[in-house]
Amino acid sequence: MSPRPATRAAKIDRSQLPAPGPTRPFPFPAIEKSTLANGMRVWTVHHTQVPLVAFTLLVRRGAASDAPGQDGLAAVTADMLDEGSGSRSAIEMHEALARLGAQFDTDIGSDATVASVTVLSRFAQRALALLSDIVARPAMREDDFARVRQLRLHRLTQLRDMPSAVADRAFLKLLYGAHPYGHSPIGNETSLAAMHVDDVRTFHARAIRPSAATLIAVGDCDHADIARLAAESFGDWTGTSDGDAISAPSLPRAARINVVPRPRAPQSELRIGHVAVGRDTPDYHALVVANTILGGQFVSRINLNLREDKGLTYGARTTFEFRRLPGPFVLQVSVQTSGTATAIDESISEIAGIRGPRPVTADELALGIAALTRGYARSFETGEQISRAALQLALYDLPDDYFEQFVPRIERVTSDDVSRVMETHLDPARLTTLIVGDFDAIGRDLSGLGFGEPVVLPPESF
Amino acid sequence: MRIPFTKHTLANGLDVLLHEDHGCPIVAVNLWYHVGSKNERPGKTGFAHLFEHLMFEGSQHHDRGYFQPLQGAGATLNGSTNADRTNYWEVVPAGALELALWMESDRMGYLLPALTEAKFSNQRDVVLNERRQNYENRPYGLAPMALLAALFPDDHPYHWTTIGEIADLQAVQLDEVHAFFRRYYHPGNASIALAGDIDADDALAMVDRYFGEIDGGDPVEPVRADATLPRDVRIQFEDRVELPRLYVAWLTPAMFAEGDAELDLATDLLANGKTSRLYRRLVFEERIATDVSASQNSREMAGYAQLTATAAPGHTLGEIERVVFEEIARLAAEGPTDDEIERGRVQAEAQFMFRLQTVGGFGGKSDQLNAYNVFLDDPSYFPRDLARYQVVSKSSLREVAARYLDPSRRVTLSIVPNDRGALAAPDSELAVVS
Repeated sequence: MSPRPATRAAKIDRSQLPAPGPTRPFPFPAIEKSTLANGMRVWTVHHTQVPLVAFTLLVRRGAASDAPGQDGLAAVTADMLDEGSGSRSAIEMHEALARLGAQFDTDIGSDATVASVTVLSRFAQRALALLSDIVARPAMREDDFARVRQLRLHRLTQLRDMPSAVADRAFLKLLYGAHPYGHSPIGNETSLAAMHVDDVRTFHARAIRPSAATLIAVGDCDHADIARLAAESFGDWTGTSDGDAISAPSLPRAARINVVPRPRAPQSELRIGHVAVGRDTPDYHALVVANTILGGQFVSRINLNLREDKGLTYGARTTFEFRRLPGPFVLQVSVQTSGTATAIDESISEIAGIRGPRPVTADELALGIAALTRGYARSFETGEQISRAALQLALYDLPDDYFEQFVPRIERVTSDDVSRVMETHLDPARLTTLIVGDFDAIGRDLSGLGFGEPVVLPPESF
Repeated sequence: MRIPFTKHTLANGLDVLLHEDHGCPIVAVNLWYHVGSKNERPGKTGFAHLFEHLMFEGSQHHDRGYFQPLQGAGATLNGSTNADRTNYWEVVPAGALELALWMESDRMGYLLPALTEAKFSNQRDVVLNERRQNYENRPYGLAPMALLAALFPDDHPYHWTTIGEIADLQAVQLDEVHAFFRRYYHPGNASIALAGDIDADDALAMVDRYFGEIDGGDPVEPVRADATLPRDVRIQFEDRVELPRLYVAWLTPAMFAEGDAELDLATDLLANGKTSRLYRRLVFEERIATDVSASQNSREMAGYAQLTATAAPGHTLGEIERVVFEEIARLAAEGPTDDEIERGRVQAEAQFMFRLQTVGGFGGKSDQLNAYNVFLDDPSYFPRDLARYQVVSKSSLREVAARYLDPSRRVTLSIVPNDRGALAAPDSELAVVS
């Protein structure tokens, strides 16, 4: 065979990129809402692209509701939900899910416990019944608890080997100390060792209750049907959730630069940030735009600097972790050991720069806004995406017109807004840096950064 | 269940697959080049993947970053390389389809004039950091290197990983990059799928406008190589880990070949999820392992099944291995239960339905059309792919398990904590990995 020729000899004009044309308007999913007698909210979205139904059950209690000394309790409770119900054993529960071809998951964060199940539409009713057994009527047997706790302890042991997991845990502790956000949901060896199955039963009885719950169903389903089925399945689940972490102790003042030694590590795992702002801030949209430009996308300032200019990393990103209480601003990146001090210095310069000395340009602002708004419709393609979007509304009490308002509110953000919110919510002098890396190789460079001598954190300190 | 499409082949050899889905005002652009790490040679590994990075660094008529105009148009985009193929995709608002085609066609037709030594050297540094992050600095991260090297002979193209050897990456020269591009990155070795809010006729005309002017290139001959495992190859090495982990791997049929679907189901019922036989014994009942999983890794020329289990503190990999082979022997002798077969069927149906939810990204409808087109020359394969799982019977699954999960022909790899060699499966030789 010989090479095949071009279809046409004539070349098109490539002197400029084609401007994006108009895209037809997209109706955002409408959420139908009702509330059961027990206080549980039922939200549904009619979405019929494929014959599937995605159920998401949100309870607005998470790891921040762990009592002092009981770090990990909410997460163990979440883990115990699918360990059987009534006469069904843990394995039998999963066999029942498997017979529906169900995709089942539980997730735990600071503010929320979420159980979700996605199934073929014809199994919707059976899936909902199983979900109610899991969330409202878990067996919570002692022998299952012993096994689940042991697996979590083993998991903690394994996380000690993972630089990114070590960095996440140590950084939260540095930023928040004893605050409800200061520990990873998984807890620690001491708190898990002291935990008893009765603690889990008590947590379930006082926190995992319908008053804090929202059932979200997205798919080929009708609101009245789902509400009726939900009343049948969840009707006998009662009670009011307490333990909401609404007030928080004062925050510690961490050293500027901290190291968890990992001898001979080829890379340093970095976290740089401080406690910033909660989800209810009026600056939310401006902060989203600002973060996109600083470190929230591939073409962000920090990624272009550390990756595309210096080649020090596979990728760098920044996040404002918006939560119910003020969450952290975090820069996370893994850099080659020899580039550790450079990466820290450059990152902090970028954070300081965007607050005023190097304000965002008109091009950067236009790009950041376009990236956030023009592709917004794609966040509503699948049932699970729509569920996640609806879950944000339920978790943070966002208004019904939140999706419609998102694009216009992002488009109204100005470069002055970006400078103002970054100056208000980021403070370079307060930034804490944590490094999991080869201290022998980088210690001297770190001392030269001007943030004082690095504090070495022993593994038992977080 | 199917993915309706039309297929056209341009005169230069480019396959064009079109699928209309007007649910969301977006279009997935998905472009496969039939080249992966199996097209590399020993001493030149990591090349296909490094090259994928260079495709994002600009081309002749847009000699700047690839991301900027597309993100500015509201796109999300990425690419990936595996042993058999390299894919690139954008999901764009419907109005930005032309921009995406302009960008993809410019880097297909006009990459080399913009490819400088500086870009090349920067992305080599990035890839070396990707390797550090995802392999060298990750617990058990070098397992794939050790397994593939033991499963496939030195000159077999599946002997090495896609990320490549450090020394090879450091030795690559820019002129080799140019030659690689000319050989593999042309319309005759590519397939483009558009899925989403398009009019198929208009979209085809637009693809032809942008890609039709690019020369087809020399046909790429398929790579062929054979592998057999003569025995149980037992190896071990120490790593910075707390708990020892056992890996067992077998050579198995290639993607879509006879026995491939049975092995998918067999590995599932053996070791995936809480309903699996080995989870039940190792983690739930005997509590000597903290996790267990298995998969059939289907590739174009051959497959390999892999089982992984981590020992609980105080237990050795020898204990785990004994239970694993008891359960495999039981499956090979008695086959699955009726309930296991029935669950496997409905799970396959659900999994295939899940795959129809999205037009783009890794594994979306556009990616699936390309997979079927590139590997089978048959984009209509979706329902027959599902049928492969629906026809698996107790006897066919039992026979395939007995034939391929053979205890006398496998690789048994132990990764143990430093200075804890005694935890390894017995009679293991020291493996050298980098």
